[in-house]
Amino acid sequence: MAASDLIEIEQLRFSRGSHRVLDGVDLRVRQGAVVAVLGASGGGKTTLLNLMAGTLRPDAGSIRVQGREPAKLRRSELFALRRSMGMLFQHSALFTDLSVFENVAFPLRRHFRLPETLLRKLVLMKLEAVGLRGAATLRPGELSGGMGRRVALARAVVMDPILIFYDEPFTGLDPISVGIIATLIRRLNDALGATSIVVSHDVGETFSIADYGFILAGGKIIAQGTPAELRASESPLAQQFLGGRPDGPVPFHYPSAQSFLEAMGLKRWEAGRS
Amino acid sequence: MSNRAVDWWVGIFVLLGIAALAVLAFRVGNLSGFQYGQGYILHADFNNVGSLKVRSPVKLGGVTVGEVTGIRIDPKTFQAEVSMRIDPQLKLPVDTGASIYTQGLLGEQYIAIQPGGMPQDLKPGGTITLTQSAVNIDQLIGQMVFSKAEGGSGGSSSGSSANAIPNPPGQ
Amino acid sequence: MSALDFIPELGHRVRESVPRLGAATRFLVLGLGRPFHRHFSIQQWLRQVYGFGVLSLALMVVAAFFTGMVLGFQGYYALVRFGATSALGTLVALSLLRELGPVLTALLFAGRAGSALTAEIATMKATEQLSAMEMMAVDPLAWVVAPRLWAAVFTVPILCVIFDLVGIFGGYLIAVPVLGVDSGTFWSQMQSNVSFRGDILNGLFKALCFGLVVAWIAAWQGYSAQPTAEGVGNATTRSVVAASLAVLGLDFILTALLFS
Repeated sequence: MAASDLIEIEQLRFSRGSHRVLDGVDLRVRQGAVVAVLGASGGGKTTLLNLMAGTLRPDAGSIRVQGREPAKLRRSELFALRRSMGMLFQHSALFTDLSVFENVAFPLRRHFRLPETLLRKLVLMKLEAVGLRGAATLRPGELSGGMGRRVALARAVVMDPILIFYDEPFTGLDPISVGIIATLIRRLNDALGATSIVVSHDVGETFSIADYGFILAGGKIIAQGTPAELRASESPLAQQFLGGRPDGPVPFHYPSAQSFLEAMGLKRWEAGRS
Repeated sequence: MSNRAVDWWVGIFVLLGIAALAVLAFRVGNLSGFQYGQGYILHADFNNVGSLKVRSPVKLGGVTVGEVTGIRIDPKTFQAEVSMRIDPQLKLPVDTGASIYTQGLLGEQYIAIQPGGMPQDLKPGGTITLTQSAVNIDQLIGQMVFSKAEGGSGGSSSGSSANAIPNPPGQ
Repeated sequence: MSALDFIPELGHRVRESVPRLGAATRFLVLGLGRPFHRHFSIQQWLRQVYGFGVLSLALMVVAAFFTGMVLGFQGYYALVRFGATSALGTLVALSLLRELGPVLTALLFAGRAGSALTAEIATMKATEQLSAMEMMAVDPLAWVVAPRLWAAVFTVPILCVIFDLVGIFGGYLIAVPVLGVDSGTFWSQMQSNVSFRGDILNGLFKALCFGLVVAWIAAWQGYSAQPTAEGVGNATTRSVVAASLAVLGLDFILTALLFS
């Protein structure tokens, strides 16, 4: 089991300023799986992805991706490692000055010198896979949000990566597009024999395609297991998150130094009355 | 915008820049430093060079034929020795004279050469012996005011001759 | 007590700005070194030269033409009192070649190309395009920053030469046909007083330095912008202000060094 773990994270800690985003995360991802990382907005999910991709360095703990530690690699080695990774960004991050075709062709053009006919075949194949071969000549500005996300997905997998990260792939899309993206994530993962990590707060869609899930809250993994196991979990935090209840272990109120009455200037009045 | 169009426009842009630089160099700036590169050197000793500078023009009949390349003091004679580079096509007789004049009332100073009539030419590195120093305007005005105050009528002509070294022939 | 508060405040500012300055310098050095990187593309560089140079040309020509005409008028009225209008050509040419050409070119460049450069890079950052490049193992310094820095260094001197020439022509049009200065005097006085190396090339060297500084500031402001709509706007404003001030300050230093 341990030998085929593509990602191993141990006691990972990371802070932004004085705010501790990740406080001792342990996580293992098996090769070939679609793994969901669920958590509240601002809970450090995207940070975790960036740490795995090596764009951020951890304060403490270790991350091993394909047996190598991104934070300890030289820039050229890190870039070599990233060529086997793909990432779908929250806002698609398409290059607005290039056409859809050139966006998908971008990584290929930068890394290989392919004959134009072969390059064309590869790119159109990926666009066909996301159902947008007909949109190859359009500009990113002419696409809807869902189509943009699909083009970005085609670009993320054009190098045939063995590890694909998805950062909030369902946010801001209509239900049809959400369904399409979810199906594509699963299908591409199995077709490429890749491993996918889906970071999301959309429980239903994510669980419909995930083999395994982690729930991240308060900088820690509070629950993990298959979707069925997680749904059956008795952890109050997991229940609050999966059930979508507004208050619970994750408080509704952002912590404040003052009490509500003080903030409203009512403390004195109350004191005077008693 | 296709790559080919970009290439064309950038090419035109660069050519425009080169053309503009060429016009600036030849029409606006004086490339005389290059022009007189192969010219020959002559020397001339003056009592006073005024505000003559290196790169000041050397003119013959109002046409620039060279430039000043150096000014130094001869420690033996205490005269200012001026070196100049002259257009190689111009052969000057040995009795040529050199004077320092001012362009206009306030303009910069230049060397005017007055060719003589001898059959022998000055050799490169030779020295012009007949020289007239710069006219010191302060001194000139001072003398004029002084002579006016004395009430003398012949003062005005003595002003210029006070500074003059032998007048070159053929003037 | 409160009168001395500026001392710790100053210390705080210094402590904040030293690492920032260090990061900006590192950014410049890395960016300038990237043409030898495999992700540097001549085609990208050409596109930037096109954007910075060809598209700024009309602005430069118009600005230079008016600057030269104003110089012609003002110079004439200043010189005519001393009866020295023959020096008008010299005055117009030297003002443009030494100061106005490089400085105005750089200021216009900062306003037109510099602000666009900041906004472009900041938007690329805000929309995760730079992160996407990083993830695709393409170095944004080589692909985005280096072509822009080098395009500016290459373009601004060319714009400056054109500015100088058009400006002198504008001055000529006012001096000779309008004010009646003798055409031969205008050009010959100019020629005998303008030195190719001392004035023309030094002016262009200034322009080159300004181009580098404007592009550096603009690219760095974009690169270090907050990745929000507001951050992009702030960065653009800061870029123009900082680049303009830097040009004027650097002009003083270069003038003291080159023309003294």
